[in-house]
Amino acid sequence: MSADPVISVRNLDLFYGEFQALKQVPMDVKDRHITALIGPSGCGKSTLLRTLNRMNDLIPSVRVSGTILLEGKDIYLPDTDVCLLRKRVGMVFQRPNPFPLSIYDNVAFGLRVAGMRDRSRIAEVVQRSLTSAALWDALKDKLHHSAVELPLDQQQRLCVARLLAVEPEVILMDEPCSALDPIATSRIEELMLDLKAKYTIVIVTHNMQQAARISDYSGYMLLGEMIEFGKTSGLFISPKDKRTQDYVSGRYG
Amino acid sequence: MMERHFDENLQALKYQLMKMSALAEVMISDAIKAVVDRNEEVIPAVYEREELVNQMQVEIDETCLTQIALHQPAAGDLRFIMGAAKANADLERLADEAINIVKRAKTLLTEPPLKPFIIIPEMAMIARGMVRDSLHAFVNRNANLAREVMFRDDRLDALKTAIAAELTDCMTMESSAVSRALNLLLVSRYLERIGDHATNIAEISIFVVEGRDVRHHADRKP
Repeated sequence: MSADPVISVRNLDLFYGEFQALKQVPMDVKDRHITALIGPSGCGKSTLLRTLNRMNDLIPSVRVSGTILLEGKDIYLPDTDVCLLRKRVGMVFQRPNPFPLSIYDNVAFGLRVAGMRDRSRIAEVVQRSLTSAALWDALKDKLHHSAVELPLDQQQRLCVARLLAVEPEVILMDEPCSALDPIATSRIEELMLDLKAKYTIVIVTHNMQQAARISDYSGYMLLGEMIEFGKTSGLFISPKDKRTQDYVSGRYG
Repeated sequence: MMERHFDENLQALKYQLMKMSALAEVMISDAIKAVVDRNEEVIPAVYEREELVNQMQVEIDETCLTQIALHQPAAGDLRFIMGAAKANADLERLADEAINIVKRAKTLLTEPPLKPFIIIPEMAMIARGMVRDSLHAFVNRNANLAREVMFRDDRLDALKTAIAAELTDCMTMESSAVSRALNLLLVSRYLERIGDHATNIAEISIFVVEGRDVRHHADRKP
């Protein structure tokens, strides 16, 4: 793969009505790496994440300017197919949100929406997706059980499997472990590290240690600005900006 | 300001290091008194202080480990704690060099003095000053002072070369001088090593302050 970033954000401004939530934000997301966004509540990190697949379009009164290139093409151009964009750039949310369907139907959902009818092909993709999400062995004998009855970390991994079925390029994760206990959290983190062999991941996390453990690049945001962005090890050992230093060493506020 | 308790722990760590450094400095002075002033009475105190230094080394390592385990420090705090653990090892080893000097002193005291001392007292003064100032640089986050300490190490090395030449001459001229000259040569070598340990602490200080590793580089200008 090329060394060019998969996603390249430049001069990104975002307003919710009069309130400016993002200010001239730059960010490069590298292919098959994990990029973490950290910062205090309200700093704009989730907002930035949601601009990457235009989830903010769903909120009225949002205005965006600047550019976000996905493999060189601006995703905010009027001719962008937003459905296709959200298939290429999928999202996992804070609380696991499986559909109230069977495990199998959850994973097959995106394929059927996309018009796939070939049952054996669907079964193949379901198995492959569940395997990638490290769920196949645990769930292969109960594929027709209800998804909402699974333990939370399996629900979250099922949400990942549901994404993988439609073959995204980038996976966005908005605090994917905040509803999980430490053991379930470490399972999701392991999964992320496995997935980065094939996918690009951007994660928003409140847990700085999580960012330090799993990400390759990190960005520290404050009041809508990208204060510092770089290799995670650099950010946690020798941050360049005093504000980053204060935040990662727990002296913010 | 958050994390006050943690900051207090870091402050306590600084005090521990300063105390250990003060002990080591006195050990160096006393060890040189035993050599230069032929003062035997100071020797037991050097050994007693070494015991204390050894205890402190264990305590400081424990403190560092505890802070890392309980607080998961990052950035400047992480560099500081990592640096404290490394400076701790250098302090313990330079205190050992004072013991080595005392051991040579014991042998030297069994014979009359070889010649008046000029270079060794100067080396001792420089080495002790380097220890004191490298620790100052570390606890006060003073990178300029650290660079200045590193610069002084060159003077110490030059004196070591000068005294080696001088003592070689002594040995060439008079065979009865060989044992004393060799012991003095070793003393100069121990002082030079004390300077090396102080230089390590100075380099660590620069890493703690600036996040830059300056070891094995040539940018040693004050």
